Amino acid sequence: MTKHTEVRVKFGGMMAIAALLMCCFAIATHAAEINVPATITAGSGLTIPSSGTGSATLYVVGPGTAIKRTVQLGQEIQLSADELQNAGRYVISLDGSSATFFVTAGPVQSIAFLARPSRVPADTPNIVTGTAFVFDKYQNLVLQPQPVKFELTVNGQTASRTETTKSGVAFAKLDSSRKEGPAQFVASSGSASVRRVVQEVASDPCSIRMTAVRDKNGILARTDPIHDCAGNPVPDGTIVTFTSTDAKGKSTVDARIKQGIAEAELPASTGATISVASGVVVGNEIQWRGAQ
Amino acid sequence: MRRVLPILIIVLTAVLIAMATIQPHELTPATTPDGAVRAVFDHVKARDYKGAFAYVANSSDTDEEAFARDLAGRDGSLRTYSSLEQADTKVLHASDNEALVRATLEYATAVGAFYDTRDLKVVKEGDRWKVEWPVVKEAKVPPQVIQENYLRWDVITRGSNDDWGAQNVEAPRIRIISMNAIAQGPNTIIVGEIENEDTVPGFVSVGATLVGKNGDVIGEETSFDKISHTLLPKEISPFRVDFPKVPLSTVKSVRMTPNSMLVPASADPVIGVVHQRVETDSRGRHVLKGELINESGVTVNIPHVLATYYDGAGKVIWVSDGYVDNALLPQTPVPFAVDLRDDLASNVHNYRVTVNEYMLQQDE
Repeated sequence: MTKHTEVRVKFGGMMAIAALLMCCFAIATHAAEINVPATITAGSGLTIPSSGTGSATLYVVGPGTAIKRTVQLGQEIQLSADELQNAGRYVISLDGSSATFFVTAGPVQSIAFLARPSRVPADTPNIVTGTAFVFDKYQNLVLQPQPVKFELTVNGQTASRTETTKSGVAFAKLDSSRKEGPAQFVASSGSASVRRVVQEVASDPCSIRMTAVRDKNGILARTDPIHDCAGNPVPDGTIVTFTSTDAKGKSTVDARIKQGIAEAELPASTGATISVASGVVVGNEIQWRGAQ
Repeated sequence: MRRVLPILIIVLTAVLIAMATIQPHELTPATTPDGAVRAVFDHVKARDYKGAFAYVANSSDTDEEAFARDLAGRDGSLRTYSSLEQADTKVLHASDNEALVRATLEYATAVGAFYDTRDLKVVKEGDRWKVEWPVVKEAKVPPQVIQENYLRWDVITRGSNDDWGAQNVEAPRIRIISMNAIAQGPNTIIVGEIENEDTVPGFVSVGATLVGKNGDVIGEETSFDKISHTLLPKEISPFRVDFPKVPLSTVKSVRMTPNSMLVPASADPVIGVVHQRVETDSRGRHVLKGELINESGVTVNIPHVLATYYDGAGKVIWVSDGYVDNALLPQTPVPFAVDLRDDLASNVHNYRVTVNEYMLQQDE
């Protein structure tokens, strides 16, 4: 080892010892530990005790939040409810030391409720789907499990189910009721409640029965009131096709159900086969004779 | 001499103006039967119905106004939106005093070319041939009150201020209930039927994508007007998608894309299709004929007929369509005819006719 090298090693060692001493001094005089709870509830605010003298700069960084403030050491530092309303991980730094804490969502205050579909056939199992997202008053998704009650009410009949949220979401599948009508679909949790309307409508016609009579222009074919298999009247406007086949050819009329029944005027004939159908549902057939 | 020249110029100018203004009262007489028919339609092409009527025989039991309405159309029908493009004539038989001439007419319309064939009797009056124009029976609806319980669907869609979770009204459920890919020469044709299974009306369209042997897309088309676009609840419409110059042998698979949209609609008018039968026309071609009856109280200006043909197994084997150039007045039958492919006629066991309606004005 040369003399020149020996001097450099000695100098480096002295510098390292000096740096270590400075750090220890700094820790002993200023960098006091920040005492914050591990978790707090959104909107509840936070009081942080501090020690030492003089002023220092406080930094708080969190979801959608960045605060820089000059504080007096030795006094309590206040973070208001508004400053800690977003749930998530926060980092706080004060005069060289730092700490982390979590802000969790508060109690359920609102629900985002998706009800699908908006229109369902009556008397069908597992057809109405409700999905609820639960939020606190600051629109933080409440990740703690929460009970959500789903209620589907139509014509006084109620079907309900309670589900527990998982990661802030709960969903349920419910049967449509036997009776048609606008169903009130409500999701509720705590004091929050949201209502949607699901239109329950008649299903396909269960059976179609028609009669035919002679009238001034030909043959008047008319159905009895048309219902689905649960007894709900098939909605007005539904197409009912009347077909008459005779020696002159085939005649068809796409009539609309009005006030529960469908009727059509078919051309006069001395012998015809008259049939009726709606969609893929076929009704009765009439063998028409002129004298009828 | 200095005065003579200006006077001459003035007189000459007056004579030329008079020659240009004054038309001869007498039109060129037709000396042949087909010449008379051609002369009628030449004037019709120029929308000179008065001139055309000059070639109509005195024995015709029709007046000039009815003649003009027959050729120019009325009640907002398709004929009123068309113009005669071409008229070909052919003498079917002729004697010294009368002849039968077939006129094949091609009109240009907003929905494409429209063809009409008329067999006209031509008679000789003196030294001129004139056309015996057939009597046009104009439908007249007697004054009456037709009671209607109007049924409409209106749609309120989601507003911009609604909660984001609030659901919108959904499009109607539709389903393609049959589909068949067939070859027509070098073309591939997709035919089938689509049903609105819902309880609300929908605006529907059908798209088709042809996939070739190597998995590439070799064609994409839609049904365009070969479909009833507005389907009421439980209504079934045929559709046809044409792929010109795409041989069926090159197609590996077909992807169908039915689309629906919730739209406001009216349940009226109801149009009956009566006395449907398959016949051969004067040229020996198969046609599906019948009559349309508007059972409602409003005029349907432009009817569009869609015919679906089924084989013995109930499979859709062809879909054809045609516009009717007469308006449908209430309670008044109007004849229609749509083509049927001659090569398929023997396979047709059943058929179904539906009607699209286009109306210029509708009382809401």
